This record gives sequence, structure tokens and C-alpha cells, in this order.
Amino acid sequence: MSILEIKNLHVGIDGKEIVKGLNLTINSGEVHAIMGPNGTGKSTLSYALMGHPSYEVTEGEVWFKGQNILDLEPDERSRLGMFLAFQYPVAIPGVTVANFLRSAINARRRAENPEDKGVSIPEFRKMLKEKMSMLKMDPAFAGRYLNDGFSGGEKKRAEILQMAVLQPSIAILDETDSGLDIDALRIVSEGVNTLMNEEMGVLVITHYQRLLNYIKPHFVHVMMGGRIVESGGPDLALQLEEHGYDWVREKYEAAE
Amino acid sequence: MEEKPKVVVTRTRRADSAAKDFPYTQAQIRPGEALQAYRARAWAAYQKHSLPDTSLEAWRRTDLRSLPVDAFPLPLPEAYHDLPSVQEDLLLPLADGQHGGQIILRPGGASVELSQELAAQGVIFTDLLTAEREHPALLAKLAGKTVNPEEGKFAALAAAFAQNGILLYIPKNVQVQAPLHSILWGPGGYAHFSHLLILVEEGASVTYVHEAASPDEPGINTLHAGIVEIQVMQGANLRFVELQSWGKHAWNFSHERARVERDAQLDWIFGAIGSRLTKNFSELDLAGQGAQGRMSGFYFTDGNQHLDHDTQQNHLAPHTSSDLLFKGALKGKSRSVWQGMIYVAPGAQKTDGYQANRNLVLDDRARADSIPGLEILADDVRCTHGATVGKLEEEPLFYLKSRGIPQDEAEKLVVEGFFDPIFQRIPFEGVRERFQNYIADKMSH
Repeated sequence: MSILEIKNLHVGIDGKEIVKGLNLTINSGEVHAIMGPNGTGKSTLSYALMGHPSYEVTEGEVWFKGQNILDLEPDERSRLGMFLAFQYPVAIPGVTVANFLRSAINARRRAENPEDKGVSIPEFRKMLKEKMSMLKMDPAFAGRYLNDGFSGGEKKRAEILQMAVLQPSIAILDETDSGLDIDALRIVSEGVNTLMNEEMGVLVITHYQRLLNYIKPHFVHVMMGGRIVESGGPDLALQLEEHGYDWVREKYEAAE
Repeated sequence: MEEKPKVVVTRTRRADSAAKDFPYTQAQIRPGEALQAYRARAWAAYQKHSLPDTSLEAWRRTDLRSLPVDAFPLPLPEAYHDLPSVQEDLLLPLADGQHGGQIILRPGGASVELSQELAAQGVIFTDLLTAEREHPALLAKLAGKTVNPEEGKFAALAAAFAQNGILLYIPKNVQVQAPLHSILWGPGGYAHFSHLLILVEEGASVTYVHEAASPDEPGINTLHAGIVEIQVMQGANLRFVELQSWGKHAWNFSHERARVERDAQLDWIFGAIGSRLTKNFSELDLAGQGAQGRMSGFYFTDGNQHLDHDTQQNHLAPHTSSDLLFKGALKGKSRSVWQGMIYVAPGAQKTDGYQANRNLVLDDRARADSIPGLEILADDVRCTHGATVGKLEEEPLFYLKSRGIPQDEAEKLVVEGFFDPIFQRIPFEGVRERFQNYIADKMSH
């Protein structure tokens, strides 16, 4: 059953079209990877899916859980079960990881039931401790200001921690491997693999094949010029690793 | 802007008295032995000063032309019986633990409670009228000691006419554990003049919370002018929290100065959310070697509010340190001014002075002015300052929303985060909670 269905999506920023008619369907239990050279619109796609106000969708539909989500605010998309692990998570000074996560959980509970009193502190602490230990994070981390002064690795780990807490049904990982050393990469990937289940879909956006050694995709797509130009199985990633993107570019340009 | 006819006034001493002024007369000064000489001096100063205008540097950004000087009668004794009564939530303890004493100052009357234990230790915590009767010598000794009535029109006004006030005296080496609490409740279309006098003797320590408040009463005008005089003697320790939540119709002026003696410490916390217009002068005099002072300010304005805080950190002796952080958020068409100065006197070597003011402007029509200043007349010192005015940025809000947090809550989280460095400096859970409630309240409309 399809979880996310992107139909003929066109996205522009400052009047310039970046994503030019993208189609993609992700079914439950599937991991998809979108690869491609820099500047082909991969991050634009992820921001547009999450509803960033600077990215303007000019055409197309995105169906998620039975509705076209393009008119929904980012917080509504999140509460519906979408999650974006950011390539560059922004710092929120003065707001601790714990306070932030509790606010996110309570926002979900309150959307369900406006009378909800929020998660109890002991219940929240217990849950957070479990998720943090899964990602081999120091408990003191919960008391730090969100992404403020975090190393590249800490930021990415914090993103996956949020994913673990929020338990989305579709997770988009935007260049989650960038800035990670091999140990951190393994921890983060194991985290994602642990969270993955039959009801869920994952979209991995990456420049390099490296991450796909740890998070194994069922499908690999190549994005170029704002579109998916080539799709295949896991072998496609290896082929790209070995031969680069030139052969796809030639094929794609020949077809233009 | 409204077109106003241009009036050219030739400035002479005579012209001053012809300019707009309050209608108070010498006959309205409360009689009483204790402060008679002081009040006579204040009255002379009051007559000498005209209402400050924007040609004065300290008043350059705070214009009093629309102050309705004739609108503020003095309340008669027991006037409070016919006025809104004090909000219950203001009476709850704010600093940790139950009150050791609580005073409610109302228009035309006061009620005083002090634990017998503290009274037996010689602690004096009482209202001004009682102090005039029972402690005239002490009062006469303290009045005018740190704030000179001649400093300005409003200092003179409060000094001459104070109907209400507090005398707090902690004897030598007495450690007061339970916090003391006073409320100046100023409802109605009146002038409220207050005078706080605090003396913490050598080696003593105390936590004191004072708040000034009134209900919102649209359509009327309220005036408050106050003086706060503080002395923290050698090795003593004062934690002083001052909150103001005057109604949006109140004009609020204050002159405050703390003198901190050798190896003494003052932790001075300000919270301001009320009034139509505030002009507050707060000065820290580090008068003895090793004296330390910390000033932490929280303000949040909305609507048409105008809050102007003028701070001064005076290092008058060597090895003194001061640390000031004021943070404010602004909504609507409101305006804030913070003007700060660190002064290091000649010979005040090895001093460490810090001041920072941070503002978060939540609305395009709001405006924050931030003017730091240093005047250093010693050569072996460390003084740093910083001032910033920022806006709510889109990226943090998008980030929070992408985790399911709705726009208004995301904004509130960012604003709370902005104020967190102030919360970190406040040792009282109750005060932090109060500030959080202020934020929630201001953000919700």
C-alpha cells in the first residue's frame, strides 16, 4: 500500500523552478534512496515535502495518508506522520532538547484532544532515556540547548533521536551521512534500521553511496535537473559509486 | 503624525515655571517630624525642576508631552475601600519558602505582617507611615542617603509626597531565611508616590521581593513616582526582586540606587511588563573594595507601551565586579529603551564590569533602542558590553513546526528560549514561573 505518492511535482524558489515534474511512490515497508549530483533539487524536494514557506509548489500533488498535503502547514504534516531529518538542523538557543521534545509530543496529544494535560514528566523521562540509550547518547544531552554548539555528528544524532521519539510513518533523511564519522554513521544507521517497520516508509536523500551500505534501500533513484531520470534496485547505487553520474547525464541529455 | 502648532518658548528661569507642571502644593505634603527636613528639601527641588523634556540626554527617547499632569489627585486616607482590591495571585510567595513577612500598600492605607521570630531578631519590615511614628531616627538617617531628591523632577516629587513606602532593616549578622514580600497596589485615577528604604547591616542577609501592580482600567490615568534607596553594608548579602505590572494606563517613574559596601553582594532582579510609560533609573554603586553586584532585567511590552530603563554601574572602589543582563521582547507598536553605563572611577583598579542588553522584536511596528556605554577612568580593568536587537527568524520556527509544534507555540518556545539566560540567573522558581506566565500572557494576544 502506498504511503507517499508524489505526482508531477514542480517546486520553485524565488521564482526559479528547481523541481520540474517529479513522480515517486513509496509503499509501506520500503526504503527508497534518491541520489544525484549537487544542485539537482534533492534538498528542495525535501523542504517542499515538509512545507517550508520559501519553497513554492507551482504544480503537482503530494498524497500522504489519503490526502493531498500541499495545503497543510508543516506542523500539520508532522502530526500526520511526516518527518524530515534536516541536512543542516538549526540551533534554538535557550530551548533544551528535552523541553523541545516534550513540546513536540504534547502538541501531538493536544491536536488529538485539546483537553490533554500533556505527557507526565516521569513517563517522558523514561521514554527519552530509552531512545537516547539506543542511539548511545549521553543523558546530559537532553539538557543542552537544541543544536546549539552541537558538532555535526551530534546534530545528526539529535535528528534521529527526534525521529525515534515522534515515530513517523514516513521519514525523509536529507544527507544524514554528511559530517558523520564512521562510528557515528553506524550508530545513526542502526537507529534508523531499528525504527523501520512494515508500516513505515523511508526516503534517503544522499550524495554518496556510503550511507546505503548501512541503510539498505529497496529502490534507488537518480535525480537530475529536477526530475527522477533513472530508477533501479540497490545495484544502481553501486553502479553510480563505481562509474559516477556521467553516464546517467549523457543518457538523460540524449533523451531531452 | 499629527500636525501640531509650533510654539516658540524663550527659555529663562521664569519660563520654566510657566511650562506644564503638576498642580501639587506644599500644603499637600504630609506633616511628620521624621522626614520634615528631607521633605522641605525635596519640595524646593520639586519647584526648581521643570518637567523633563527630550532636550535632556536621559529623556531624549521618552517624551512626556502627552502626560496629563492635572489628572492625578492624591488619594485620601482609606481611599482603597472604594477601589478594586488587590489581585489574590499577587499575594502568593514568589521566592522559595513561605513569607517571613508581607506588606500590602494600598491607596490611603497599608497592612503589615512580620513573623514574630524576625521581629524578635530586630528585623524591621514595616510601611512608611508606621516607620515615621516608630523609627523616626532610622528613617531620617536613611532618607536621601542614596537617592538625592534633587536628581530630577520625579525623585523630588516622590520624596516630597510619598504616601506609602517600606522600611526594611536587617540588623548586623542576622540571616533572614524566609523571604520578605511587599506589594504596592495602585488602582484608580490617582497619583501614587512611594519610597522604599532598605538597610542590610554588616554580615546580614535577606531576600526581598517588591512588586508594584494595578489592574487595567482603560479610560483613566494613574501616576506612580517612586524612590528606592538601598544600602548593603560590609559583607552583607541582599537578593532583591522588583516586579512591575502596572495597568496599561499608568505612568511610572522611579529613581533607584543601591550602595554596596566592602565585600557585600547585591543580586538585583527586575521584571517589567506593565504601564503605559515607564522611565526607570537604576544605579548600582560598588562603593567598597570587593563589592559585587548583579543586575538582571526582564521586560516584555506590547500595544502602545513605552518602557525606558536607564542603568548605571558605578565602580567606585578597586576589585569590584558588576554583571548586568537585560533582555526584552516587544510586540505591537510598543517601544523599549535601554541605556546603560559602566563607570569606573579613578583608582578603582582590577574591576570587572559587564553589561549586555538583548532585544527580540516580534512585530515590525515595535522598536527597541539599546545604548550601552563605558566611561573608564582607571587603567587596570576589564569591562565588556554588548547590545543586540533581533527579530523572530523563519528557520527556527519552521524547524519547530516541522516537529508538529503549531506556529503560536513555536513562537512561544523561541521567545522562552530567548529569555532563558535571564531565567538561569534567577534563583527563585516562583519568579521564573511568574516570568513564564508573563510570556504566555503576552504571547496569547
